[in-house]
Amino acid sequence: MKDDVFVVVGAGQAGIQVCNSLRNSGFAGQLILVGDEPILPYQRPPLSKSFLLGEIDEQRLFFRPQTHFEKQSIEPLLRTKVIAIDRLAKTVSLEGGRTLNYTKLALTTGTRVRRLDCEGADNAQVHYIRSLDDSIALKNKLAEVERVAIIGGGFVGLEVAAVTRKLGKDVTVYEAEERLMGRVVSAMLSEFYFDLHRKNGVSLHMGDRIDRVKVCDNTLEIYANKQHSLDCDIIVAGIGAIANDEIALEAGLNCDRGIIVDNRCLTSDPDVVAAGDCTVHYNQFAGKPVRLESVQNAVDQAKVAASTMLGGEAVYDQVPWFWSDQYDAKLQIAGINAGYDKYLTAGRPEDNKFSIFYFKDDSLIGADSINDPSSHMAVRKIMTTKIASMVQIQENLDDLRSFAQQ
Amino acid sequence: MSKVTYRQADGSASTIEVPVGWSLMEAAMQNSIEGIPAECGGGCACATCHVYVEEDDMSKLPDLSDMEGDMLECVAAERLPGSRLSCQIRMTDEMGDLTVTIPSEQF
Ligand SMILES: Cc1cc2nc3c(=O)[nH]c(=O)nc-3n(C[C@H](O)[C@H](O)[C@H](O)COP(=O)(O)OP(=O)(O)OC[C@H]3O[C@@H](n4cnc5c(N)ncnc54)[C@H](O)[C@@H]3O)c2cc1C
Ligand code: FES
Repeated sequence: MKDDVFVVVGAGQAGIQVCNSLRNSGFAGQLILVGDEPILPYQRPPLSKSFLLGEIDEQRLFFRPQTHFEKQSIEPLLRTKVIAIDRLAKTVSLEGGRTLNYTKLALTTGTRVRRLDCEGADNAQVHYIRSLDDSIALKNKLAEVERVAIIGGGFVGLEVAAVTRKLGKDVTVYEAEERLMGRVVSAMLSEFYFDLHRKNGVSLHMGDRIDRVKVCDNTLEIYANKQHSLDCDIIVAGIGAIANDEIALEAGLNCDRGIIVDNRCLTSDPDVVAAGDCTVHYNQFAGKPVRLESVQNAVDQAKVAASTMLGGEAVYDQVPWFWSDQYDAKLQIAGINAGYDKYLTAGRPEDNKFSIFYFKDDSLIGADSINDPSSHMAVRKIMTTKIASMVQIQENLDDLRSFAQQ
Repeated sequence: MSKVTYRQADGSASTIEVPVGWSLMEAAMQNSIEGIPAECGGGCACATCHVYVEEDDMSKLPDLSDMEGDMLECVAAERLPGSRLSCQIRMTDEMGDLTVTIPSEQF
């Protein structure tokens, strides 16, 4: 064990969790965390929320201080990109020519943003948010401008819309589909968010696809469906992410828009695990292969990946959960509602506190909660321990927590 | 600056200075105090930043919000009168020194 060298590629949420779990489990070998960003691992969720709004500063985003890495003998190799994996020689090549040997390798490379690819989109005033630098650049820019166009009505786009409205900007959101956050939430919830943003003064264009961005002096002209639609100062695009799976793919690991892992976070190579946004796994709650982009998935997969690196037996079977903050609505999602055939609501959208429970073949598969953490936490617990029917949930709506504990 | 003492379930303790505006969770994270995974990073969405505040210190704290109260129903360790989410307690000029105990489980 002492001679082992474990290399973790990607110094983000999953990467640091792999390292911490390895040390907590008593791993005594060499532990190297390679990351291409210039700073230690930090939290991304605040980048489109409190950090962008200016409520918290940079220092408060880090998972752990420098001293933690020293104390735990975790060697961060920052500003360093891994460009290739040689699975036979068991080495990784770093940009600049160095190579590192590994006995076990963890890939936690996350995603990168999908870029707008219409005419004129390669403009400096088109912003994205994935990294701290992105969020700082946008924050600085927001201090100088008034008119913000947001392309993409997903979580990141809508959180940015909420922040920029709070900052008093003119905000217009373009969503190519017919409803907001359509990939993840139900139609009812999309409608709730549509109303919420409209009430807060956002102008929303649904079903509008941007096909051109034209620069005229300091103004950006946006064209949607071939028509001139809006003049603005900056664009923020939140149109999805692409898994950083190229080094895995080139090394011959099975990938399908993400690195394919089993429920022990093992790739198609027994010495290589992967965790977090970059992975695709068969999810028992979704009933199909998925690539989840969430803190929960990154943390829980990382713990399992660390166990697997050490020869442990842990499996990834946690109920997925997620949250999003927009204005005074905290959304908490439990489970995966894809393919639901029935639903039940508790509370009322008018009261700004409600939950929607989703069922498939008469068993609970998830819930979306607005400002209703009790229901959210109860559903997570119920789904962990039992199969619950619609009648059971209905009968226990007043006290789901007790039902969860039964 | 006010000092906060974090006691672990095993009795060990560390005392640190917490800047005004920081939450007790953030201060613990930035000082490598273990036992507060704080998975949602202060979003009041995960309940893994649970601490027990000393009885004498309770009156110094901001009131429980509805959200925090609801999340506290769901903490992994037993909920006691001194239970709070450390991400929801922000240090203020007036707060003064505090002592909190970290429960043995957060999941
Ligand atoms: C703006 C924003 C808001 C979000 N809000 C929420 C939220 O509210 N709730 C929630 O649950 N989730 C949220 N997420 C998602 C969450 O942050 C991610 O799921 C999580 O960060 C995934 O962790 P990861 O370690 O897999 O990837 P990352 O944290 O992205 O880390 C991957 C790291 O690997 C590096 N890397 C990639 N390739 C290489 C290479 N070849 N060599 C070296 N380094 C490499 C990358 O630069 C990066 O630093 C949000 C994300 C963003 C961007
Ligand atoms: S850090 Fe998640 S609730 Fe406090």
